[in-house]
Formats: sequence, C-alpha cells, structure tokens
Amino acid sequence: MRKVGIAASGLTEFSKNDLPIDTLMLSAVKSLFDESQNLSQKDIDVVITSTNDNNKYLANIISELSGISPKSAHAIESLCNSGTSGIVSAYSYVASGLADSVLVIGAEKSNNPGLVLEWDKSRGQYTHPIYWSSMFTNAHMRKYGTTLEDIAYVSAKNHRNAINNPYAFFKKEFTIDEIMKSKPLTENLRLYDCSMPCDGAAAVLVSAENTIKKFTDSPVWISGIGQKSISAGFTKNEELTSMSSVIQSASSACQMAKKTISDIDVAELHDAFGICEIIELEDLGFAPKGKGSTYVKNLYDTDDKKINPRGGLIGSGHPLGATGIAQTIEIFQQLQGKANKRQVEGAKTGLVQNMSAAATSSTVLILES
Amino acid sequence: MNKFEQELKNNNFVCTFCTHCNKLVWPISDFCNQCFGMAIWKKVNRTAKLIEFSRKDGEIFCISEFEDGLRIMGNIINAPNLQIGQSLNLVKCDYENGHAVFILEPIY
Repeated sequence: MRKVGIAASGLTEFSKNDLPIDTLMLSAVKSLFDESQNLSQKDIDVVITSTNDNNKYLANIISELSGISPKSAHAIESLCNSGTSGIVSAYSYVASGLADSVLVIGAEKSNNPGLVLEWDKSRGQYTHPIYWSSMFTNAHMRKYGTTLEDIAYVSAKNHRNAINNPYAFFKKEFTIDEIMKSKPLTENLRLYDCSMPCDGAAAVLVSAENTIKKFTDSPVWISGIGQKSISAGFTKNEELTSMSSVIQSASSACQMAKKTISDIDVAELHDAFGICEIIELEDLGFAPKGKGSTYVKNLYDTDDKKINPRGGLIGSGHPLGATGIAQTIEIFQQLQGKANKRQVEGAKTGLVQNMSAAATSSTVLILES
Repeated sequence: MNKFEQELKNNNFVCTFCTHCNKLVWPISDFCNQCFGMAIWKKVNRTAKLIEFSRKDGEIFCISEFEDGLRIMGNIINAPNLQIGQSLNLVKCDYENGHAVFILEPIY
C-alpha cells in the first residue's frame, strides 16, 4: 500500500445559519483551495461528501460547483462518524492506487434528520440521544463514584479551549457553577454537558506520498486506522461504563501505526456529552478505568490542551457530517505546528476518535508529522 | 404498520424467532441474523431485569432485559425504590407517534 497523508484543509465557522448544505460545502472547498499551494481542480481524482443530509448527488453537485471533474464522486453516511468514514474511504482510494488525491467534504445542517435513529425501536419512546447519554452517565457514576461536578469539568475545559478556535460555535468560557446550574435535561445531564447540533462544513485533501509535496511542505501522514461497528441499536451496548467499539477501533489503529497510547501527544475525542470524554479517556488508555474524570480535572487545572484542543464537540458545536473532518483538521494543524494559541508544543503524533449512535460504531485515526 | 407495531398497539410484545437457532431475532427481522433462516413471530415473556435507569422530570426511563438478552428502553411506574438487576414486569406496551412504548413495573 502507498503512504497516504493529509495535504490541505478548509473549514467554515460552526454556527446556526440559513445557508443551504451545498453552499456550506462549497465554502469549505473554497477555504481549502485558498490555503493550498499549487492545487488545481485537475489534481483531484475523487470527491467524497460526508453528510446525513437528504439532498441527492451532493458529491457531484459540489464537484461541478468547484470546477472539478473527478473520476468518481459519491457520498458517505454513517451518522456522527460520517466524517472520518469519508477520510477512511479516501485513504483506501489513495493507498490502493485508484486515486492520487481525494477531496473529502463534510457538512450538516442543524435540522438534519440524523440526530435521531428512527430505525432503532429498542429505544422505545426515548429516541433522543440525551437518554442514552443518561444511561452511560448513571452507570459510570454508580460503578466508579463519578460525580456531576466531575462531568462538568469536561464542559468547562472544552469551552475554555474553544475560545481559541475561530471556527467554534461557542466562544465563551463557562464556570463549573454555570455548567452545574445550566438547564437540567435529565437527572444527570445538563444543557452545557451536551454538544450543540449546528451548521458547518469541513474539508480535507488526502494525497499519496508521490504527489503530496506539490501541495504542502508539511504533510501529515495517516499511519493508523481502526473502525468497529458492534450494532446499530443502542441497547446492544452490553457494558454501559465503557464503549466496546472505541476499544476495538483504537486497538486496530495502534496496531497498524505500531504505536501505543503513550505515544499520543494530542487527541480529539468525540465528546457528544461530557460522560463520553471520560469513558473514552479510559477506553483509549489515557486514564485507568474509573479515573477518566481525575484525568480531565488535571487537564483543566493545568490548562493542558492535550485532549480536545479545539474545544471538542461541546465547545465547537457538532455538525454531524463535518465533525470527524474538523477533528482531523485540528490534529493536522497541531502536527504541522500551526494551531496558534491551541498549539500543543512539540506534538508529533495525534489521535482522532469519532463515533456514532451511542458508540455503536467508532473510528480511530492515528496521524503523524 | 408492521406486525410488531400492530401487536404493540394490542398490548402484545412479540418478537421474531428463529426455530433453527432457537433464539429471538432482535431487532425484528424477516431472517435470522445467525443462520438467515426465515423467522417466525413469538410472544416475549413479560418479565425483565433492570439494567440501568435514570429520570427526566420525575419520569423514570430504563434499559430492561427480557429473555434471550433482548433489551429495550421503557418507562418504569410505581417504583418507590429501584435496584439494578431487580425484576420488572411489562404492564403495558403500545405504539404511538411512530415509537414503541413499553411501561414496566417493579416486582417486589
């Protein structure tokens, strides 16, 4: 297989707006072209869109609007981890030699139909994601003594990190007290513990080793990929204090990259809700089981940006199809040393963890400078 | 409306079942997810085990586990106190506004 890297990126601000999905996607493509050197439309062999939007033929529409005539153009949909699934597909095209460069564009509207998986009848009338989050939260609190204040530190940390992210939905720091007193959604979940569905787009150019230097002097390599789907239905999660798909995808990614978690300098984790980041830290091996909240509090107290430096989903907003790509762009910029005030000094190896539908499926990517 | 949904409306909890593998096929499907044999319909035993629960606006919602590890989310009523692992009885099921509705009660 050929070596594959990320050559360029483009983002739109994550916000609530009236722009249609194609305009959002095109804006991210324009941003990518604006920031790339020597990139022309003719360099792009494949265009992939990642979204839950119901509009048809979007990859071909965006290709036409961008002046690209690719060999192939198609969409990828996998709920909240559509974005990294698009990147994995791009990797496969390039690694196999079917394409030299693939443009992946993810976008979502806040009113997209992907927030609730209607197919999953096992959720009964409790279809909204706050209910599964509440189940994970109570299970973790019961088993490990995690408190609501512990969980509030995830939000406080990520909102504080998001202040330095010019594309973030939130640009306001919240105190622990403000988070604790925000609107209660369930007995263990408050409004500021949650990521915000919003409008936004993100794009990356994935290229082969032999062509990537044309577009950038500092490529970032995709050295590890792991994906796992355990089910579609939430109630097939047998263990509620951990996320099996995260553990298995991380194991595959580390094996492929020949890395361990101790090699990771910076990571983007899928904090759809505060409890998710705590469980993921434990499942990925950053913290021992039951100690994820202690790890988060230490990051907060020392202003350490190692985990979710762009503010995570909680601080940045969560436009489903764009999220995994925006996470990957953050690690791309960190490993290039171009993350400005968010920069984790000396970062050489980074990790992206993106997941869907109550962790029923996950993606883990390992990137290296 | 499919048979599962129609039966829920009649307060019957049914699930697809594979006679070859002798197990419930959940989520419901025309075919067994192990042997791909044709599935038939079977009534589910209405006794369940409490896996996890939480509350919203005073209403208790939970994950309950029925026979063959079939898990669903439902509403618990008449529950002054609850213990993980305790037995529950499915007192009512329904299908409303496109959603399955399961109402359970503790067995003390």
